[in-house]
Formats: sequence, structure tokens, C-alpha cells
Amino acid sequence: MRTDDLVAMLATGIEPVRPHATRHRLARALLVGAPLSLLAMLVGFGLRHDLAQVVALPMFWVKLLFPISIAAASFLVVQRLARPGVRIGASWLGLAVPVACMGALAGLAWFDAPVEARLPLLLGATWRSCAASIALLALPMFVAALLALRGLAPTRPAVAGAMAGAWAGATGATVYALHCPELTAPFLAVWYVAGMALPALAGALLGPRLLRW
Amino acid sequence: MNPAEPVLRSLLMRGLEGDGAAYHAFLRQLGAHLRAYLGRRLFGWPDDVEDLVQECLIAMHNQRHTYQPDQPFTAWAHAIARYKMIDLLRTRSGREALHEPLDDEMALFADSAVEASDARRDLGGLLDSLPDRQRLPIVHVKLEGLSVAETAQRTGMSVSAVKIGIHRGLKALALRIKEAP
Repeated sequence: MRTDDLVAMLATGIEPVRPHATRHRLARALLVGAPLSLLAMLVGFGLRHDLAQVVALPMFWVKLLFPISIAAASFLVVQRLARPGVRIGASWLGLAVPVACMGALAGLAWFDAPVEARLPLLLGATWRSCAASIALLALPMFVAALLALRGLAPTRPAVAGAMAGAWAGATGATVYALHCPELTAPFLAVWYVAGMALPALAGALLGPRLLRW
Repeated sequence: MNPAEPVLRSLLMRGLEGDGAAYHAFLRQLGAHLRAYLGRRLFGWPDDVEDLVQECLIAMHNQRHTYQPDQPFTAWAHAIARYKMIDLLRTRSGREALHEPLDDEMALFADSAVEASDARRDLGGLLDSLPDRQRLPIVHVKLEGLSVAETAQRTGMSVSAVKIGIHRGLKALALRIKEAP
């Protein structure tokens, strides 16, 4: 087929493209994925029963805002990665800064506590299941994010997959925080971060396969 | 800044609003721009340049919704062209490993005349070997003379998918005819 014919064919019958299509597409993934994660949490795990009391504790809000800030930052980074020729720039700091702050907070709490109280701060009562539960609750968002990215144009599929995974992981962690009974910084800095890193790793591995275009 | 930037950008912006004539002019100029851009980078393989220009045009057409006006157009276009070029080089390096240098001898026999009925039967067989998403657009648009939109309606495919099916299908047919014994 000659290039002129191809061009003529591509140009016939085109539809207007709505502005900001990338953001709309990714936002739609969030609108589908996040409620599904929430539903899975309510059915499979249940809200923590003392939720009405813990909302008075500042640490509860720290625990909730930590994954929310990471989810918001990765949403922005994924938007950049989904568009060819747009640099990530400093936007990755939006993910690094909350993790670093939580790490610092965890360090303070760790060294502030007497030696025998340190390990319980880190392990809580649910350390075995925390990361896996977060990764599980991230699954609907993970699928929605990768499907949305498949209709976009990431030129670095592994990085895009990792960031989509981090976005899903952070959404899953936000939802899981409404169930999880733990409230210590060392716990969040290790197990929540691990729970968000699992989908990110899966995304980095699947990206090159699923996000070709 | 690239001298082509303001022209291409304004044509694309009008195309994104649905102006077909501007979009046609945009694709034509983009093709010329890509031919020069890729020609400089693939000067060892002139045959591949035009194929890659077409691949890039299809990719940019399909992904035109990822362009946003706050971004230099050439940065967007070159990122896609680079991505497609790397893709080509990667598949080539895989394919070359299996390559047998018999083409020159085979070409001596390939040109012998073929009866018209054989040709028609062969074409039917070749068409049948294509997947539906390529075969149906070619049959409806190229053989029956329907428009792209009518074909899309009849097959339930999107307009974009019909266009790409024709392009990919014709390319696959050309390749199979070339490779046929």
C-alpha cells in the first residue's frame, strides 16, 4: 500500500478527539478499580470495628494519607508515562517523599521505644498478612490501570507498568487501612510499603509484555 | 525548535477537532517529516524506511488522543518514531538470525507467468489465510468497493480497526506472495 493511499484512508471519516483524553481514561480506571477494591475489602475483610473511635487519633489519618498521597503521585506519573515524549521530571518525588517521611517517622518511633518494645511496633499483630492483603485488594485497580494503559502510548513499558502497579498498590493500601488494626509508623513503613511494592514489581514484569503497541 | 513544529501542530490541533482536510494535510506533511527523520537514522536500510514511516503514521493516528497541546509536537512525534524504530530493529535482529541467503536464486523462478485462474484461486487461498480482522476489511473495501464506514458498520469493527486491517492485511498478502514458492 502506498503511503499516500494510507494517509488518505486514515484521514477519512475522523471523529473529534476530546481534550485530555489520557487523564479521562486513567481517571475512569480509578472510578472502576477503587470501588471494586473497596467492595472486596468490605466483603472479604470488613471495616475495623472501632473505626468510630480511631478517627479521633492523628495516627489514623497519617496511616490513611500516606497511601493516598502515593496514589495521587503515581496517578500523575502514570499520566506522564502514558504520553510519548513527556518526561517524568521530578514527579517521581511525589512517591519518594511520602515513603521517606514514613521511614523517618518509623526511625523516630523505633529509637524512641525501649528495646523490648521495638519488635512489637514493627510486627504488630498482623504483619504476616498485611502486604499480601494489600496486594490482593490492589488487584481490581491493577487490572483497570493496565487496561487503561493499553489504550495509551507508554514508550517505557516496564516503568509504566511499575507505576501503574504502585498506583494500584497505593489504592489497595488506602482501602486496606480502613480494615487494618495497626497504627505504628514502623509497621506502615515496612509492611504497607511492601504491600504497595508487590503490585509495582508485578507491573514492571508484566509491562513489557502487556503494554506493547 | 524544529521548523516543521508550528505548521504540523496547528494542522493536528484542527484535525483533533474533527477537521478532515487539515488532518489529511497533517498526515501528508508528517509523512514527509518522518521520511527525513527516519531516513537519517536508517540510512543502511532504505527499504525499511517507507515501511516504518507507515507504521509510525498508523501509530500516531491511533494514539493521537495522547497528544496534548501543552507539549511540543515534535517531542511527541519523535518519541513515537523512536519507539517504533527500536521495535523494528528488535524484530529484525530476531528475524535475521533465521535468514537464509537464497533470495537471489529463488527470484529467477518466481517471475514465471501464472494462469489467471490460478492467480484468482491463489488470491482466494491467500485471503483465507488472513485473520478476519484483516480479511473482511480487504474483501469489503478493496474487492466489493464499500466505504470504510460501511465496512465498520457491517463487521462491527471500529473505523480505525478497519483501516488498520486493510493496511496490515495488504502488507501480509504482499509478503506471502513474495514468499510463495
